[in-house]
Amino acid sequence: MMDGLKQHLIDPEICIRCNTCEATCPIGAITHDDNNYVVDAGTCNGCMDCVAPCPTGAIDNWFQVASAFSLEEQFSWQELPPRPAGPAAVDALDAEAAALIAEAHQGAGGHARAPASASKPRVNLFNRANPAMARVSGNIRVTKSGTSSEVHHIILDFGAVAFPVLEGQSIGVVPPGVDAQGRPHAMRLYSVCSARDGERPNTNNLALTVKRVAEPRADGTLFRGVASNWLCDLALGDSVPVIGPFGATFLMPDDPDADIIMVCTGTGAAPFRGFTERRRRLASSGRGRLHLFFGARTPQELPYFGPLQRLPSALLDQELVYSRLPGAPKEYVQSRMRGRGADLAALLRRATTHLYVCGLKGLEAGVEEALAEIGAAHGLDWPMLSSAMREEGRYHVETY
Amino acid sequence: MPDGMNVDYDGLIPNNVDLASDARVKKALETWHPGYIDWWKDMGPDGFQEALVYLRTAVSVDPKGWAKFDYVRMPEYKWGILLAPRVEGRLIGFGSHKGEPAWQEIPGEYRGMLRRLMVIQGDTEPASVEQQRHLGKTAPSLYDMRNLFQVNVEEGRHLWAMVYLLQKYLGKDGREEAEDLLRRRSGDADTPRMLGAFNETTPDWVSFFMFTFFTDRDGKMQLEALAQSGFDPLSRTCRFMLTEEAHHMFVGETGVQRIIERTCEAMKAAGIEDPGDTARIRALGVVDLPALQRKVNLHFSLTLDLFGSEVSTNAANAYNSGVKGRYREDKLDDDHRLLDSTYPVLRCRDGAIVQEAVPALSALNMRLRDDYVADCQGGVNRWNKVMEKAGIAFRLTLPHVAFNRRIGEFSAIEADPEGRVMDAGAWAANRDRWLPTGDDNLYVTGLMRPVDTAGAYASWIAPPKVGIDNKPGHFEYVKLWDA
Repeated sequence: MMDGLKQHLIDPEICIRCNTCEATCPIGAITHDDNNYVVDAGTCNGCMDCVAPCPTGAIDNWFQVASAFSLEEQFSWQELPPRPAGPAAVDALDAEAAALIAEAHQGAGGHARAPASASKPRVNLFNRANPAMARVSGNIRVTKSGTSSEVHHIILDFGAVAFPVLEGQSIGVVPPGVDAQGRPHAMRLYSVCSARDGERPNTNNLALTVKRVAEPRADGTLFRGVASNWLCDLALGDSVPVIGPFGATFLMPDDPDADIIMVCTGTGAAPFRGFTERRRRLASSGRGRLHLFFGARTPQELPYFGPLQRLPSALLDQELVYSRLPGAPKEYVQSRMRGRGADLAALLRRATTHLYVCGLKGLEAGVEEALAEIGAAHGLDWPMLSSAMREEGRYHVETY
Repeated sequence: MPDGMNVDYDGLIPNNVDLASDARVKKALETWHPGYIDWWKDMGPDGFQEALVYLRTAVSVDPKGWAKFDYVRMPEYKWGILLAPRVEGRLIGFGSHKGEPAWQEIPGEYRGMLRRLMVIQGDTEPASVEQQRHLGKTAPSLYDMRNLFQVNVEEGRHLWAMVYLLQKYLGKDGREEAEDLLRRRSGDADTPRMLGAFNETTPDWVSFFMFTFFTDRDGKMQLEALAQSGFDPLSRTCRFMLTEEAHHMFVGETGVQRIIERTCEAMKAAGIEDPGDTARIRALGVVDLPALQRKVNLHFSLTLDLFGSEVSTNAANAYNSGVKGRYREDKLDDDHRLLDSTYPVLRCRDGAIVQEAVPALSALNMRLRDDYVADCQGGVNRWNKVMEKAGIAFRLTLPHVAFNRRIGEFSAIEADPEGRVMDAGAWAANRDRWLPTGDDNLYVTGLMRPVDTAGAYASWIAPPKVGIDNKPGHFEYVKLWDA
């Protein structure tokens, strides 16, 4: 999907020729004649500096093209050429990150769309060549010691560097060093688990939920994930190059009346911690509630088990589900969802309900099945409803 | 905040100028602050102080983190002191000090001149808030209401910007001027605002859009000229203000454009081809294009008066001393001293309009006005494209610069919109063809009924093509009542 080029274009019908973009561009990629302001595809590096200050939104067009429109073509336009098919929202200009996100979003069964009321995300502000340098200002384990599931809550502080994120967005990191073939490591994406205004309000940092990957292999060896082990071993004060932010659809609705159903396992809880924290800080008088279905093996292995216990039920209706609770039968999130079938059906009937699924690949299949069953039992055509919800930006899947 | 990029939000006054370590100025601003809030409550948007408005707040001068959008009650808006990042080694780009390092303090000999320039600029900012304070009650949509309030809070911030410079760099004189900026009132008989156009009323939304297109654009030109200043803090202040001013241009240009779109659409739907078929067009509840032309004539000519005399020693002195440059001086290719060059100026000689070559230094007001007219013409051309696309045979034009002037060369004569000089009697007899009539004003006033359902628009204006912050059409930009 990333063949050709994502070309940055300015919509001449919306642009008011205020010169803000040209004055902002740090590398002189934007120029103008008497007719139009245009972006030189050969110079623009997608740093996005021009996007936020544009007063009209005319600046924020990214067309997938086989070959770039020349400056002369752009100068002559009275309007943009027909928009190429494909998703309107740009998750990432970085091909590597875009491919990772596209794969993670496959489970929803079609092009994802952002919730209609979501804030506009900033993407691709920093790339591999020019990452934002963050410092580790926190790294704590959020599952009980002694369990096999070691999940860390890692706080990255950006100091004076602006790195704006929205809940549900991801950042990219590249572990230091090279792989077995001597090439730089591939990029990994991690969901931000903090709210847009930081771990605490008005702090310039963000947090990640990272599980240390250390899995025994059939041959008796232990596979240790390069990125997760590097991240989990970071010491306070360590410097981390951060790429992104990425993601333009898996975002929370800003509408305080929206109900949000959040289904996750393990570190899939990361974006939902961000959603919950955002709602908690707004202390909104809105009607909307959060509904969490969160699966783990045991309470000790459920990330953020302690903090979750302190959240009021008026904010968050939570169903914590365990598959390895001693003395109890195995239970998975989808079976608990069936148990709450009537409530879920009532929620899904509302045009303000948003549904998010996040966790390991395969989770979405079980959830789909449960929702189809719930639908059938309550007179809802889930396949049709899910397509409609996806089109309206109300159904989101991110699995990896 | 050593690099001046991020904003300190911890104190009462958000800033990127390290106010925390400048006790004198911090105290002066904190002393001024309650008066400002009182002024905002007295003279800010009438009846909407409690409403939650989806506003943009500048949170950083770094474009990567530039602004945040969120619901805010206007009196709680974070008005701060924000200067564009300092450019190391910046040199003065014009005048007799060209090539010298930019000043970080005001040179003694230029105190008076800079004080006056900053006070005049500062005075226009609260003035427009005062002029527009009743408009919220007749907003054609929540989207437009939000844009009005965004303009208002940013004009408020621009007042802060000038007050900071006055208090920081002009001591006691500056503090007194800062108090006076809160004391004057637009249109007040005893203590009016300093410039004529800022004492006119903004009675309706068509006037508001025209004002933001034409009159705020004068502000933009002045800011562009001051952004070139050798006094670096003024330059940095104005550069950041320009990014906000762009939103005001946007509101004006798209406001008028959406009026034209709606009128064209309604005319076509009703099968009306003649733009002058006023009665039938007005029966559709839209603004007829000739009435819009008369509004253009009025606002354009009033705004031209803000540029002052075409030939001006003050302007020459401000340039020569490195205090105020030309529009985008840094992009111009000449000697940046202008001692030997001339500039063509339209003048009034024996009742006729003639072009004369004038020493370029003396003609700087004229030059800025010419740049302004060209900038306006671009916007008018884009408006005309809407009519062209719709197949409506009407085009808006800017009137001649001699039309309806009260200041400068042409204040002594009467000229029609084509620039034909005529006697006062002939002009008065035709006045209603050129400027808004009593009928126009009555009709437009009649259209001004509030529309406060999210996603709905008044009969006379089309919805915008793109929402603010990419929001969808039915987004509730202003929450008038608690949920």
